[in-house]
Amino acid sequence: MFDRDRWQEILNAIKQNKFRSILTAFGVFWAIFMLVVMTGAGNALTNGITHGFKDFATNSAFLWANRTTVPYEGYDRGRWWSLTNADMEAIREQIPEIDVLSPRLQGWNLREGQNVVRGERAAAFNVMGDYPQYREIDPCTMPYGRYINNEDIELKRKVCIIGEKVYEIMFDEGEDPVGQYLRINGVYFMVVGVFKSNNPNINIGSNKKETIYLPFTTMQQTFNYGDQVHFFGFTAKPGVNVQSIVDRIKPIIKKHHKIAPEDDQAIGGFNVQSELQTMEYTFLGINILIWVVGIGTLIAGAVGVSNIMLVIVRERTKEIGIQRAIGARPALIIGQILTESVFLTTVAGFLGLAMGTLVLHLTDMALEAARAQAPPDEQSFFMNPEIGLPMAVASIIILVIVGLFAGLIPALKAVRIKPIEALRHE
Amino acid sequence: MSNSIIKVENLHKSYKMGNNALHVLKGIDLDIKAGEMVSIMGSSGSGKSTLLNILGILDTYDRGNYYLDNIKIEKMNETKAARFRNKYIGFVFQSFNLISFKNAMENVALPLYYKNISRKKRNQMAMEMLDRMGLKEWANHLPAELSGGQKQRIAIARALISNPKVILADEPTGALDTQTSYEVMNILQEVNKMGITVIIVTHENDIAHRTQRIIRLRDGIIGENITNGDFQPITDNEIFTNN
Ligand SMILES: Nc1ncnc2c1ncn2[C@@H]1O[C@H](COP(=O)(O)OP(=O)(O)O)[C@@H](O)[C@H]1O
Ligand SMILES: [Mg+2]
Repeated sequence: MFDRDRWQEILNAIKQNKFRSILTAFGVFWAIFMLVVMTGAGNALTNGITHGFKDFATNSAFLWANRTTVPYEGYDRGRWWSLTNADMEAIREQIPEIDVLSPRLQGWNLREGQNVVRGERAAAFNVMGDYPQYREIDPCTMPYGRYINNEDIELKRKVCIIGEKVYEIMFDEGEDPVGQYLRINGVYFMVVGVFKSNNPNINIGSNKKETIYLPFTTMQQTFNYGDQVHFFGFTAKPGVNVQSIVDRIKPIIKKHHKIAPEDDQAIGGFNVQSELQTMEYTFLGINILIWVVGIGTLIAGAVGVSNIMLVIVRERTKEIGIQRAIGARPALIIGQILTESVFLTTVAGFLGLAMGTLVLHLTDMALEAARAQAPPDEQSFFMNPEIGLPMAVASIIILVIVGLFAGLIPALKAVRIKPIEALRHE
Repeated sequence: MSNSIIKVENLHKSYKMGNNALHVLKGIDLDIKAGEMVSIMGSSGSGKSTLLNILGILDTYDRGNYYLDNIKIEKMNETKAARFRNKYIGFVFQSFNLISFKNAMENVALPLYYKNISRKKRNQMAMEMLDRMGLKEWANHLPAELSGGQKQRIAIARALISNPKVILADEPTGALDTQTSYEVMNILQEVNKMGITVIIVTHENDIAHRTQRIIRLRDGIIGENITNGDFQPITDNEIFTNN
């Protein structure tokens, strides 16, 4: 395969058909280029979207109370009701398949005017009540201090942890906020930490960066929420389907609150697991589309290569005849045509691969630059366009196979050339 | 029998032309001894090339027997035919049939490439052969840069490189002027003196005259088989009918 005579043949054949060879090779080049760029773009989309919640517990769901829509046991439809601490205990008791259960309070009514004050500084922020368990659903890092802990809950301590934006506005840059006090709706809370979510793109109830978390129990008592729970999140134990747990939770709650069993809308919910699944199917769909288009283009390119090889074979009919007359075996002729075809496709495809990778790299650099300038809050749905090594290796293998197939018909045609016929037309 | 290199018995060949068949060879009997130098003559279209191609295993025959070096040559696959050609036969064509993008040396070395002889070795052998043809200094020239006579000598060198037992030459001087034709014939006679059987298709009397035996095809059979010396030049009239 690597001897000089064969390469002499190949280069000569290409030289004699320079324009046509380049034109057909361009087909393969373009196919691979498109495939690489489209895959890179698809990956970038996936990266951009999943980046915002890559750490979020995927086996989780959230549930909350809605107005009833069905009259039941003497109650009209349209009744307001609330989840309670008792509901949480009942659920925890009756459904051992739940791993983490995290009741939450959402202080809508607290965010009015400039509800958070520290000395001269005042601003409006969201306030939520949380259990330490919430960190297992929505992991975060702590640039300062610590998260809410169990003692905070038990002792109903007046402490809080604050989002990045809260820190930015209420404190000087670099200032240690731990041990400092914030007045939140008239009550002083000591800051024990600053949290930075790993999943900035998932915001349930409020923008986390602009939110202050209080211990759940403290918040219930301080702001007179009684035994109310505004909503809660939970995770399923490994191997347990989240929806199946949701389906078991709902009847428990409905029974406690005299809600019609058939009232599907009285309990609102968000199942992270099934939402993610939908998203994954979308990404899969995009990928399939990319490959279908890419392979289609590649096949068109292969047909082009096959065509130019046919032309080359026809133009070299006499030459092949001579070679046969002086002892070239058919296998050698086939080998020659196939090598030529594989060479054309691989070189063209490799250039496409290189060019595509370059374009992706430049795009990546441009995106990085743009992100550096954009306000940090802006979400990016396009990140790190790139293709992996496996994809690159796969495309090279595909190219060789495509080259072989493209060369097959011309090669068979070449061996069918009878030396006498080739030599006769003089 | 044992020293006949080519033996043909009652050989028939016809070409299918649509519904008709063109019966070209109608029962050829031929016996050529090893080391002979024979010419085949005949008017244009009489089947000289057809016969030569069958002898060279480039074409098949319909009926009869053909023994090459006492081996019966029958229908065989191309791989086997290629091996036979490479081992026994060297071809020389009217139009030289050199590979245009290979230089003289590479053209001569080509049959050795098909025998998987290393590049270094085959180039060295090709250079020796070119030296014998007096073409050493042309080794690196492409065919387009050579004269007709030089090209034919290179073609002969290529035919000789794999040490064949038989050289089949189809009108080797057809494209050359008289002077060059004689030079080529000198070489072919030299080759014959080395013990290689030479079969030349020609319609030139003076060329045929320089071989030991003349076989004249007529109407698909052997019309005359003349051992040199008894050879009668054909009339002018007949010469005109030969293209
Ligand atoms: N492959 C072929 N198919 C059909 N007819 C052919 C073929 N080859 C040769 N012929 C015919 O056979 C006859 C003999 O041809 P050929 O052997 O080339 O004659 P010569 O070499 O004596 O001029 C001619 O009439 C030619 O047209
Ligand atoms: Mg002829």
